[in-house]
Amino acid sequence: MPQKISCVYSQGKGIQKGEPMDIEKQVEQVLFEAIEEINDQLPEEQHIAKKMSTPLFGEDSGVDSLTLVNLIVAAEQKIQEQMDAAVTLADEKAMSQKNSPFRSVESLAAYIVMLLNEH
Amino acid sequence: MSAQQIMLITGTRKGIGKYLVDYYIQKGYIIYGCSRGPAEYEYENYHHFCLDVSDEKKVKQMFAEIARTHKRLDIVINNAGIASMNHILLTPLSTVQNILNTNIVGTFLFCREAAKLMMKHKSGRIVNFATVATPLKLEGEAIYASSKAAVVSLTEVLSRELGSFGITVNAVGPTPVKTDLIRSVPQEKMDRLLNMQAIHRFGEFRDITNVIDFFIRQESDFVTGQVMYLGGV
Repeated sequence: MPQKISCVYSQGKGIQKGEPMDIEKQVEQVLFEAIEEINDQLPEEQHIAKKMSTPLFGEDSGVDSLTLVNLIVAAEQKIQEQMDAAVTLADEKAMSQKNSPFRSVESLAAYIVMLLNEH
Repeated sequence: MSAQQIMLITGTRKGIGKYLVDYYIQKGYIIYGCSRGPAEYEYENYHHFCLDVSDEKKVKQMFAEIARTHKRLDIVINNAGIASMNHILLTPLSTVQNILNTNIVGTFLFCREAAKLMMKHKSGRIVNFATVATPLKLEGEAIYASSKAAVVSLTEVLSRELGSFGITVNAVGPTPVKTDLIRSVPQEKMDRLLNMQAIHRFGEFRDITNVIDFFIRQESDFVTGQVMYLGGV
């Protein structure tokens, strides 16, 4: 059963104060906002697609390592600001092509949800 | 300085850290400091946190407060460090763990969390603390010297990892300075150490800020990955 968290968004889109939302949905929202923030700094042809299936790591991703680091840091900071949770998005498998939690938007979201549930 | 810059200094309760706070407050910085105990002084633009620099949770809380209040961080000076003069054969493991935790883990945590804030503005200065004990291979300081050798390597690697974010990472390597860190070193050993320097005197606090001032000034944005040892070592 997904965990519901009530929270106040200072900059979120379409979320009302105190309205409960599944944690997965909140994390997806935060991730997409982080992607938007990173895309604002990139030329259009390098924009990261706001889809859960978007690869972030590896040969198919089209996302360079610097952009990925920027995205992860932006996501961590947005989680702190909007969900008031101090998670550290750092993992020893970060560089693993097969097992990295950062290999796609979906795996990154799942990783964040896992950390929040441990919080 | 057009707008007030935000500086973070670790180990600010006494010694070099306290001097750095006194010095940079006069220069107009807003300063966040920390140590395991409370600071016994106050300044309007000084904010103190009680924490162990290797406590990841408390360190992240400190940075969250800075991010919430200022949304920026300009300079970090990783001054907090401990030593324990002893022969390796008589050194307990607990001493090793304490020194490595403060000197390496603490420096790493503050570098990592500072970089996350600094990269938002594509600008930042990190200054770490090395020691002449490393190049002088100082007997009695095996763990201290090797922990600071790790800080040197960390400085050099981070200068490359963070360069494209506009962040410079450098280190100052002081000679002995008259603080609690060297309180228990016998005079004879200290005299031998000073004689190994090119200039045979104790370091002064102003010698350290002289180097830090150079590293952190705006014009030094092309100076990174450097370790400057004092006293000609």
